[in-house]
Amino acid sequence: MPFGLLKYGFAKTYPANPILPKTPELKPSYDVVIIGAGGHGLATAYYLSTVHGITNVAVLDKGYIGGGNTARNTAVIRSNYITPEAVRFYKESVDIWTGLANDLGINLLYTQRGQLTLAHTDATVRTFRERAEVGTHLGARTKMVDLKQIAEIVPCMTLDPEARYPIQGGLWHEDGGTGRHDAMAWGYAMGASRAGVEIHQKTEVTGVTVENGKAVGVETTRGTVRCGQVVQAVAGMSSVVAKMAGFRLPIRTYPLQAMVTVPLKPFLDPMISSTALHTYVSQTARGELVIGGGSDPYELYSTRSTLDLKESLIADTLELFPFLAEVKLMRQWAGMTDMTPDYSPIMGESPVQNYWLDAGWGTWGFKATPVTGKRMAETVAAGKVPDILQPFRLDRFRSFALANEMGATAASH
Amino acid sequence: MRLLPPHGSRIDRGTSIAFSFEGRRYTGFDGDTVASALAANDVILLGRSFKYHRPRGILTMTGDDANTFVTIDSTPNLLADVVPIREGMNVMGQHYSGSLIGDNGRWIERIAKFLPVGFYYRALFRPRGIWPLWEKLVRRMAGLGRVSLDAKHGYYDKQYLFADTVVIGGGAAGLSAALAAAERGDETVLVERQPVLGGSLNHARFDAERMRGIDTARSLVAQALVHPKIRVMTDATCTGWFADNYLPILQGNRMFKLRATDVVVATGALEQPAVFRNNDLPGIMFGSAAQRLIRLYGVRPGIRAVVATANEDGYGVALDLLDAGVDVAAIVDISARSGMGPLARAASEKGIEIVSGGALREALPTEGGLSVGAVMVADNAGQDRLIECDLLCLSVGWAPSSALPAHAGAPVLYDDSWHGFTVRETPPGMRVAGAVNGVWDLDAALEDGAGGGDIPATPSPNHHWPIFPHPDGKEFVDFDEDLTIADIRNAVADGFEDIELVKRFSTVGMGPSQGRQTASNAVRLTQEANGGLLADARGSTNRPPAFPETLGALAGRNFHPVRVSAMHERHLEAGASMLIAGAWLRPACYGGAANIEAEVNAVRGNVAMMDVSTLGGLEVRGPDAAEFLNRIYTMSYLKQPVGRSRYVLMCNDLGTIVDDGVACRLADDHFYVTATTGNADGVYREMLFRNVQWRLDVDIGNVTAAYSAVSLAGPKSRQVLERVCDDLDLSAEGFPYMGVREGTVAGIPARLLRVGFVGELGWEIHVPSSMGEALWDALMEAGAEDGIRPFGVEAQRILRLEKGHIIIGQDSDALTHPHEVDMGWALGKRKPYFNGARGIEMQMKQPMTRRLAGFVLPEDTAALPEESHLVLRDGVIAGRITSIVRSPTLGRPIGLAFVPPDMGEPDGRLAIKGPRGRLIEATVVALPFYDPDNKRQAL
Repeated sequence: MPFGLLKYGFAKTYPANPILPKTPELKPSYDVVIIGAGGHGLATAYYLSTVHGITNVAVLDKGYIGGGNTARNTAVIRSNYITPEAVRFYKESVDIWTGLANDLGINLLYTQRGQLTLAHTDATVRTFRERAEVGTHLGARTKMVDLKQIAEIVPCMTLDPEARYPIQGGLWHEDGGTGRHDAMAWGYAMGASRAGVEIHQKTEVTGVTVENGKAVGVETTRGTVRCGQVVQAVAGMSSVVAKMAGFRLPIRTYPLQAMVTVPLKPFLDPMISSTALHTYVSQTARGELVIGGGSDPYELYSTRSTLDLKESLIADTLELFPFLAEVKLMRQWAGMTDMTPDYSPIMGESPVQNYWLDAGWGTWGFKATPVTGKRMAETVAAGKVPDILQPFRLDRFRSFALANEMGATAASH
Repeated sequence: MRLLPPHGSRIDRGTSIAFSFEGRRYTGFDGDTVASALAANDVILLGRSFKYHRPRGILTMTGDDANTFVTIDSTPNLLADVVPIREGMNVMGQHYSGSLIGDNGRWIERIAKFLPVGFYYRALFRPRGIWPLWEKLVRRMAGLGRVSLDAKHGYYDKQYLFADTVVIGGGAAGLSAALAAAERGDETVLVERQPVLGGSLNHARFDAERMRGIDTARSLVAQALVHPKIRVMTDATCTGWFADNYLPILQGNRMFKLRATDVVVATGALEQPAVFRNNDLPGIMFGSAAQRLIRLYGVRPGIRAVVATANEDGYGVALDLLDAGVDVAAIVDISARSGMGPLARAASEKGIEIVSGGALREALPTEGGLSVGAVMVADNAGQDRLIECDLLCLSVGWAPSSALPAHAGAPVLYDDSWHGFTVRETPPGMRVAGAVNGVWDLDAALEDGAGGGDIPATPSPNHHWPIFPHPDGKEFVDFDEDLTIADIRNAVADGFEDIELVKRFSTVGMGPSQGRQTASNAVRLTQEANGGLLADARGSTNRPPAFPETLGALAGRNFHPVRVSAMHERHLEAGASMLIAGAWLRPACYGGAANIEAEVNAVRGNVAMMDVSTLGGLEVRGPDAAEFLNRIYTMSYLKQPVGRSRYVLMCNDLGTIVDDGVACRLADDHFYVTATTGNADGVYREMLFRNVQWRLDVDIGNVTAAYSAVSLAGPKSRQVLERVCDDLDLSAEGFPYMGVREGTVAGIPARLLRVGFVGELGWEIHVPSSMGEALWDALMEAGAEDGIRPFGVEAQRILRLEKGHIIIGQDSDALTHPHEVDMGWALGKRKPYFNGARGIEMQMKQPMTRRLAGFVLPEDTAALPEESHLVLRDGVIAGRITSIVRSPTLGRPIGLAFVPPDMGEPDGRLAIKGPRGRLIEATVVALPFYDPDNKRQAL
């Protein structure tokens, strides 16, 4: 019996130990206001307060803690990207993930059961090899595997050479894993609030106050707040909130859907994704199969589900795992993905002074939460963008210095 | 025990069916579900629960809960209360270790206090790195049902349906709605989940004499079945609502996708449990479940029953129980209602003891703990009473079966006066009718179904607080997840205030039944713990599917089209190994990889031919055809002479190169343009898109499939072609390099292009696809005396690399602009505009970051680097190889690599990180590797 649970067993009444703070009264001003109490906003608040000693911070959210894309992603954590800039960045995140539960004092159910991505074409094999080479060079455990190795990693998967698009090889990412998305947001919320940060749920930002090109406060559904700095961390609504501050972002927002089956006895340890079939599958600790794919083909600010995507996604999944045909689908849902032209995020300065951007997180935001929080906090505290975030500044779209990750994102997230 | 008719309207007593459960043989009747057949054999323990391995049995008899999950043959998680029995089926309970009766996993419940809500967030992670070990244990215990990894993918298909009105639910309101719509003249589809129409009319009690429901059903069903405007679908489940009334309906192995102008949701209501200690024991079921067992399946659900109720329905249940010969020990009415309805009066007249204003204390198990043995109740004076029973029926309230309106965005909110959820404001094109609309009277439901306007309000059937905490807990709010009153309260105490956060922390409503039995009580408890109001409280978001969907049904028949050229059979005859190129199959090489070099040599030294039918073919016609190409491609086409072809390079707005080919000017207003195999459809789409913007006077046609083409190449290609083409001057002067002619080849009308990706004298011959095979045969025959042979994609890749031609997508990526691949020459300098010009201009204002360079390796390089291997500078990634081959012609490895501009000068040295990380030094050389003066192709 783990020690952490003994007190529950022996206590006469439930020893409540709140993880999430109650929403306090809104003060007239803060040093830093963070828009969005998702993983990114909360992580930024956490590192601001615990590392940089900046505790007069309010995190504002129109809904509940971690209720946006933090709650809607499929919890993939990996660093097998293609550009050296991205590999370095996401690898730092994976490194933080490995000790994050202990840093925050909450089990994030983080586990590296590996991610296997499948290539069905020559072109994908080349892309995978590049990812393997770049990853290996930078210390992320990523390698090419052949059909025999694939069969060892996932014995239950069909490797039919007569398939319409037979599998030609794979990219095996041993560092790939999953974590409990909700718990990550709660852990950061708990850590930040214990360090003095205020988290305001059901407090929607309705405007950004800009004076002389500087952000000086925000308007909310609970009143106006002044502040020294603003961080926007609102994945799925980045363009909408940026517009309140008076500028446009090179972002288009598309729904992204995922679904789960009823729980089954675990049979699948690694995450499997296929670029050609636009599908990925993993099995949670509860035994549910999580199935997802690429973003929807058209822009929309909505988290509705569609039938068409479900049909094609399941059809493609059954290509790999035909024995699941009689298994039942339990639930489907959607998030909103802020897609940038180069499939990389936007972090750092905005056209408005003292207004910091954490945006453009498309389908790759969850895994980056720790590194983003840490580095955005550093950015806000120091007033300048650290080297590791430099490749992701908004400015790159002006100078065409894009960080192209299209080849490593697609259906892998 | 089986009851005599008229009980058992669903079963055919003439047809016995034998099956096994947990290894023992049982028989039931045709029409039985697994659970009803077992109940008829007095087997009520069906499975074990998710967390505590508690014994579970029938709860709903409608497949709305997960208590009845069983594995049938190799398929897990099937609902025993709705799956019909089949001869010889092998049914097993789920989620136990050892045996179902003596489950060894039950120890976990003894340490339940140590496993509070969300316990796995609180522990199992110290010291650092320990969780993966715990996870192994957790994964052993997780999951419901084991999927067979050898299970076969059965046959499933799909069909579209259309309707003016679709009615979901074939009960009283639904039947009434369908008949009304059909009478209006609507093409109407009526969808019913059960095998027969009628809904609760078939089993519920609407009057003391019992016949009202049956008579009503008989009349309405008879009308619906014969109405020419109504299509009745039974055993059909509508699993969701999608935008614009697009509904999936699962029936057997077919998924219907129905689009309707109007949707009437008449899905009824779901009975809700009372929450008290041990409320999950087998033998405790909803009153409606007992009625279904009695009336539909002729099964006596117990010997001695207690009915706990808060509405008239419970009294109806008691009367049905009496009719079935069940001894009704008491009706415990937990409501404080004043006045009695007709059913209550009838029950009272029958002498059933009614404990009015009573409360439920706890259910007590029989010895062995596998079913209910008694229930402890408190009477209205607060005195505890133990009543022995083997059946406890719960009729304490209902929740609207509101999944479909919820999917459509209708708010489903708690109504304080109704003591439960109600559906508000359905969107246009949808209405709710009957019980799902809170209409709780048969006449009113019929009227509501017909669209009768204002329906008089009926008293709520819901108890406002059917929750009875017990000092020792085990009052289950969520049966799927084994969550109790304390779990919900403790989640709130831990700061999870919003119902969505309660759900996420506690997992309430996240199990297979997706909150169908939990939503009401979870919201009540959450709001209470928050000190908040119940009025207008929301449940957690309801998402599709409304009922679990079989993956095979969603997938249907998989369809992956294959495209092959007209010469496909010839390739196979010649021993080609085929390569997948998008939707196409193309010959990689003939007779094995060992022949690739011979194929290359044939092109360089003799004559060979390749099927290039897969190249995109686009006809651009009209007065503005040249202007159109001038804008969409980078070179200049206005002054291109008729009879000449010109290279085409397409960029996107960013300036990235996306496709190339040649444009053949066949007439002033007519170009025939080729595109790459993989991108032909993309180019066509881009052309149509741009033409909409530009509104030029052109017409664009994708004729890819209309033409077959052969690339005839090699120094002897002219003499071969001359043998089959006598209407064209094929001399170097008469048909120069980049010339285009229309003529005949072997009598076949053909477009001949003197182009050469491989860098030798050659022609591309494009003919109508119907004659592609004839062309192939004619050229093979004409070249026979010269030893002509076919060559495939592998040889072509070598040949083009020797000639320094890039393959877009391989030697370029999503950010490559023309200057990076040394194709500045292909950019029209004197044009006002072309796609991507602005992007290229902007990029060229920045310093170049890379360029594509040719390199060679020593002849004796043993382990060749591969495509995508890295180029390093001082140990830092500086670039990558995009193409590399051993060149038969040059006798050494050659390749292309992206490198920083200063590293790309001839004679520079590249450090390549090759196989197993070994550094290999390469030398940069000028491109092309072969025939730099382009003499060969111009012969």
